Amino acid sequence: MPSMPLAVDDILAGLAARCGAVETSVFRGQTRVVVPEPRSFEALAWLKEQGFDLLIDVTCVDYLEYPGAKHRYGLVYLLVSTATNCRLTVRVFVDDPDPTVKSVVPLWAAANWLEREVWDLFGIRFSGHPDLRRLVMPQEFTAHPLRKDYPLQGRGERHNFPIITRDHS
Amino acid sequence: MSIATPEFGTAGPEAGARSEDYLWTLNFGPQHPATHTTLRLVLKLDGERVVDAMPEMGYLHSGFEKIGEHLSFNQYVTVTDRMNYISPMANNVAWHGAVETLLGIELTPRCTYIRTIIAELARISDHLLSNGAVGLDTGAFTFFLYGFYQREVIYDIFETLCGARFTNSYTRVGGASHDFTPLVIEKIRIFLKNFPKTLNDMERLLTRNRIFVDRTKGVGVLTKEEAINGGATGPVARASGVTRDLRKDDPYLAYGDLDFQVCCASAGDCYSRYLVRMQEMRESLRIVAQALENLPAGPVDVGIGQRVARPTKQQVYSTIEGTISHFELSMSNRGFEVPHEESYAATEAPNGELGFYIVGDGSENAYRARCRPPSVLHFALFPQLIRGHTLSDVVAVLGSLNIIAAELDR
Repeated sequence: MPSMPLAVDDILAGLAARCGAVETSVFRGQTRVVVPEPRSFEALAWLKEQGFDLLIDVTCVDYLEYPGAKHRYGLVYLLVSTATNCRLTVRVFVDDPDPTVKSVVPLWAAANWLEREVWDLFGIRFSGHPDLRRLVMPQEFTAHPLRKDYPLQGRGERHNFPIITRDHS
Repeated sequence: MSIATPEFGTAGPEAGARSEDYLWTLNFGPQHPATHTTLRLVLKLDGERVVDAMPEMGYLHSGFEKIGEHLSFNQYVTVTDRMNYISPMANNVAWHGAVETLLGIELTPRCTYIRTIIAELARISDHLLSNGAVGLDTGAFTFFLYGFYQREVIYDIFETLCGARFTNSYTRVGGASHDFTPLVIEKIRIFLKNFPKTLNDMERLLTRNRIFVDRTKGVGVLTKEEAINGGATGPVARASGVTRDLRKDDPYLAYGDLDFQVCCASAGDCYSRYLVRMQEMRESLRIVAQALENLPAGPVDVGIGQRVARPTKQQVYSTIEGTISHFELSMSNRGFEVPHEESYAATEAPNGELGFYIVGDGSENAYRARCRPPSVLHFALFPQLIRGHTLSDVVAVLGSLNIIAAELDR
């Protein structure tokens, strides 16, 4: 960790210098930065060095039905610096057919279960994850239910329970 | 004590099987009275000593985040009640706080104070149960009952306030379902007067109780570095010396106006977590007392100009703006103006940082309603806390982390 914590603008400039063109935006006072997928691990590792020591959340959004979306999946990394309370949202976009990003478990232990949950519910593979199993769905489940093409009701319900009708009871 | 810890889960099942033949595997849960909720631990035991633990979750998964994509912002609050069900009010406040961040709504001063008061009452009731459960699991039943009696008083306040004891669904976009009545204020004042006495009794019962101290001190130690790296927040992190409290660091609602302290400890064991929670209840009492005495007058809901909260009956029947606003809010194609944007907003819930990442797509439903539950990250820390301790410490550590499976699995 550097002795003097950097300001957000300096961090964004440093990130742009290291990872090529990064797209930044601010909404309701929250700074977001889009990092290209091949450099995501490098960018996050650098951000951790700059003092973002707390990984609040790793989650994902499926933009299948989102108006004007360019990519299918957008990963969200919410970072906080416990020293300065500075927050930063890092976005990484990936696409079908094989959405894969590099796991950040080597950087933050917190990412372990969060990435397992994203794999479970969205089917995004985290390369280098030590234990990429399903987290909330049963291990034998085959779909990724938070994808937008997975219906709210019907599919996968009671898939491993026998259906007992009145005649057969 | 040093015990060889084989890599559970990462190594293959055959690796080192011969040398570990003497180890027992014990399934703790999913149905066990001391897990309190439906979660499972696979423990690897050497006699009575836990060599490794593998936490397993998902038994209570009910797809809350998927449901959140199909319910409107006001409907989904009923689902948030069922997340951390020992302090539902805190979840309500967190959810609608996040929605209002996305929509850019500025609350009325009265509403911020009311939400602060109920969130702090929820914190007290949550800490009473989680500390009570630690006491219960280590053999202190009276302590648990003292705490549960006071929880009942808080339930009674909530019932007087909004009609529901348990699943309150109290907040609304831009306001709340009910205003404080004089009776509610009276009941909170009585609680503020009586509760410190019970709290003193509870402290006298357990804080210096030799059995309890022996059972919890030095058990389940989480260092500061591990806490930050593992994503711990709330009392669990503060007991390990992380001085992070969103109420101070990122003041939301009325916390910026109120005087209170952030309670921290440095040992990071079960006893520290107990002490932090006990002290936080006293600070919460101070917050409630200050907020109640300084409760601003005025409306709870935002004005009809913002067109997010339903106008009162008086306004609907006597003003044209009220009629139009009420009509448009009831129409499926009018409703809220939701930006094509995404935002994250978090509150300091009793368990830790409870945040919602909401994506708006212009419709009344969230496109994605991600809940960031503190319990998941705390439960993931469990194996490193329990390694080397005995089987009877499992319940102490589990209780002090305050894992709520409904919030864990959503």
